[in-house]
Amino acid sequence: MAGTGEGKKEEDYKRLHSFPLIRHTDMPEEMRVETMELCVTACEKFATNNESAAKMIKESMDKKFGSSWHVVIGEGFGFEVTHEVKNLLYMFFGGSLAVCVWKCS
Amino acid sequence: MSVYNSNPAVTRKGSNVQKVPGGKLGEGFLEPQGKGLIKPPDQVELSEAVREQFFMVQGLQKFSLFKIFTLDSSVSIWGCLTYHINRNYKRKSQGFLLQTTRMLPKILSASALRNASTSPASLIRWLFSLRWKAVWCMKTLMKVEDSEPGGVSVKVTTTEDGGEVEEAGEDDRPDSVASKIDRKEPKQTNQFNFSERSSQTLNNPLRDRSCQTEPPPRCTFSATANQWEIYDAYVEELQQQEKSQSDDSKLRKAAKILERMVHQNIFDDIAQDFKYFEDPSDEFRDPEGTLLPLWRFQYEKAKRLSVTALCWNGKYQDLFAVGMGSFDFSKQGAGMLLVYTLKNSWFPEHIYPTTSGVMCLDIHKQRSYLVAVGFHNGSVAVYNLKREGTEPVHQSTAKTGQHTDPVWQVRWQQDDMDNNHNFFSVSADGRVVSWTLVKNELVFTDIIRLSVNGTVPEDQEQSPQVSVACGTALDFHKQTDYLFLVGTEEGRIHKCSKTYSSQFLETYDAHRMSVHAVKWNHFHSKVFISCSSDYTVKIWDHTISNPMFTFDLNAAVGDVSWSPYSSTVFAAVTTDGRVHVFDLTVNKYEAICQQAVVTKKAKPTRIEFNPIHPIIIVGDNRGYVTSLKLSPNLRKKPKAKKGQEVPEGPEVEVAKMEKLLSLLREPEQNTS
Repeated sequence: MAGTGEGKKEEDYKRLHSFPLIRHTDMPEEMRVETMELCVTACEKFATNNESAAKMIKESMDKKFGSSWHVVIGEGFGFEVTHEVKNLLYMFFGGSLAVCVWKCS
Repeated sequence: MSVYNSNPAVTRKGSNVQKVPGGKLGEGFLEPQGKGLIKPPDQVELSEAVREQFFMVQGLQKFSLFKIFTLDSSVSIWGCLTYHINRNYKRKSQGFLLQTTRMLPKILSASALRNASTSPASLIRWLFSLRWKAVWCMKTLMKVEDSEPGGVSVKVTTTEDGGEVEEAGEDDRPDSVASKIDRKEPKQTNQFNFSERSSQTLNNPLRDRSCQTEPPPRCTFSATANQWEIYDAYVEELQQQEKSQSDDSKLRKAAKILERMVHQNIFDDIAQDFKYFEDPSDEFRDPEGTLLPLWRFQYEKAKRLSVTALCWNGKYQDLFAVGMGSFDFSKQGAGMLLVYTLKNSWFPEHIYPTTSGVMCLDIHKQRSYLVAVGFHNGSVAVYNLKREGTEPVHQSTAKTGQHTDPVWQVRWQQDDMDNNHNFFSVSADGRVVSWTLVKNELVFTDIIRLSVNGTVPEDQEQSPQVSVACGTALDFHKQTDYLFLVGTEEGRIHKCSKTYSSQFLETYDAHRMSVHAVKWNHFHSKVFISCSSDYTVKIWDHTISNPMFTFDLNAAVGDVSWSPYSSTVFAAVTTDGRVHVFDLTVNKYEAICQQAVVTKKAKPTRIEFNPIHPIIIVGDNRGYVTSLKLSPNLRKKPKAKKGQEVPEGPEVEVAKMEKLLSLLREPEQNTS
C-alpha cells in the first residue's frame, strides 16, 4: 500500500512539476519568452530524442537571433560555459529535463 | 606637297584621317613608315615619261581604274577589260562610261602630242585593229548589260609597231589590285592607311581603411542539472506559488479596509449618531435620559450561545471581547471567544472557538492582546490576539490545577516581581487561584479557599464544617492591589487580601441569592457595588458592613457596572430586558433611565461601559450584543455655579461620592 502510495506520489509530482521553470537567465523579457516557448515546443516534439530537440532549438535560435548558439538538453549534467551577456537561458521542463541555451560566437 | 608628289603611289582617299599627336600638321595622311613600298610581283614598271602623262590625265580623278599594260600582254588587256567591264557592271554608272568614251580622244591627243613619230594614222590603224576587239567587248558588254548603253571603259595602252609603249595614266589602286592579285598570297596589313589608337583612363586613387570592433561582452555561468536539483526547484516553486495564493496579505488588508468603509457607508447614520448625536429632548426630559441604540453585533455561528462575558480593550477603545457560552448548567456545549470592533458589526475581528463554554474573560490592561478566559469546565486559558491560529497560548489542564467547577471570574493582575503576567480566577469549587505565566507555562497558586463559614465565629458546633462556597464574582481594588472582593453563591461578599490566605478580612452579608457581580468604584476607593438575583443592587462602603444604597429593580439583576466618567453613575441589566442607569447625584432612589434594550424573549446578561465613548454594550442570552449611546442627561457633570470654576478630575468624583456617603453616614453615626 505504501509502495503504490509512493508510486502515485512520484507520478503526481511529475505531473505537477511538468511546467517550464526558468532557473537562471539574463535575457531580455521578449527574448526569454520566445526562447522558453521554443524550448518547450522542441522538447515536446522530440520527447525521446534530445539531440533532435537540441538541433531544432539551435537552428531556430541561429536564424532568429544570430549565430552562434549552443544547446544542451539532458537529465543529468554539470556545466561551466562562457556566454555572451544577456544571451543565456537555463530552465527545467517536464519534471526531469534540463535545458541550457547560450550564445557564444 | 612635295611628299605627295614624291610618292605617287599614295592615294588620297579623301577620308578623314585621324591626326596623331606627334606628327607634323602639314602631313595630313600617313605614310608607310619605314617599310618601303610593297609591290605585287607582276607590277608593271613604268618609266618617268609615262608617269608624267598619267598625271595629266589625272585630272579625271574618277578614273582610278587605269592600269598600264603592254600590248604584249594582250591577255592582260582583255583581262583588264573584263575586269573593267565587271567593274562597270557593278557600278552601273552611265556617267562613267560616257566619260571613258570622252576620255579616249584625249588620250589619243595626248599621245599624239607626245609621240611625234607616231603618226596619227598609225594610231588610228591600231585603234581600228583593236576595234574589233573593242566591238567584241562592246557586244559582250551589251549582252551583259541591257539597260546600260554599252560602254566600256577602256584604257588600253597602245603600243606602236616597234612599240613605244604609250601608257597613259597609271592608276595604281594598290589595295583593290592587291586584293585581287594577292588573294593567294598572305594577307598584308594596310601599311598606308591605318591608325594607332590608344588612350589612358584615369585610375581612381586607392586608399587603405581598417577598423577593429570590440567583441560583445562575455561572462561565465555554471550549474549542475540532475534529478534532485530539478525536483527541489519544482517543490520550492510550488510552495512559493501556494504562499502567494493564500498569503495575499496586501489583498486582505485592502479588503478589510474596504469592508469597513462599506459598513460605514451603510450604517452611516449610526456612525453619525455615535459621534455627534446628542439627544436634544433631554433638556425637556430632565433629569431622565435615554439610550440610543447603535450597532448590533451578531455572529451567526454563535446564535445559540449566550453572552457570558464582555470586556473592552484598554488600548483600542473600539475593540471589545465577547465570551459566548451558556449559563444553563444542563445545556453545555462549545463556546466561543469573539473580538468585535465597532467599525464592523457584521463580522468579528477574531474568532476563537472553544471546546467548553466561556464563562468569563478579561483583557490585560497593558498588553491588550492577552486575553484570559475562564471556561465552564473549570479550565482557564490565555489567548494571544496577535498570533495566528485559534489555539490559546496557554491552557490549564487537570494536572496544572484547573478548577473543577466553572470559572466565574478572571482578572489580570500587575506583573509580579519577575515580570511575569498573572491573573486570578475564582470558581464554583471555592478556590481563588492565581495563575502565573512562567516561561510559557501556566503555574497556579491557590490563594484562598472559600469556605461557607469563613470568619464567622464558630457557632455551637465544635467542629467547624468547612464547606466550600462557590465564588461567583471577583474584583480587585483599583488602588490597593492586594485587596480584593469575592462574591459567593450564598450571597456573601468577602473582602480578602492576597497576603492572607486563610482568613477573610471581612465578610458582608450582601444578598440572599448568589452575587452575580461585585465591582469597585473607579474613583472612590472605598465604594463598591454588588448585584444579585434577589432583584437588588447594593452600594457599599467597605468599611461599613451595611450597604449605603440599595436599589430594588423588580427583576433579577444580571450585571452591574460603574461608569468610567462619573463616580456616581452606574448601570444594571435585569432579566426583564431592561437597562437601568442610575446617577446618585441626580436621584438617589430611582433610576434616571430605564429602558428596554433587547427583544422580549432575550435576556440581557452582561453590561459594560466603554472607557472613553459614551456608549454601553449589552450582551444577551441570544448571542446578540447591542451597543447603546448614553444621552447627555446620563453623563452629567456637576454644574458650575456662576463665577466658580468647575474642578475636573477624579477628585471631584471622589468628593461627590464622599458627600453622598457622608450624608448617609451621619445618620448612621447618629443612630449608632
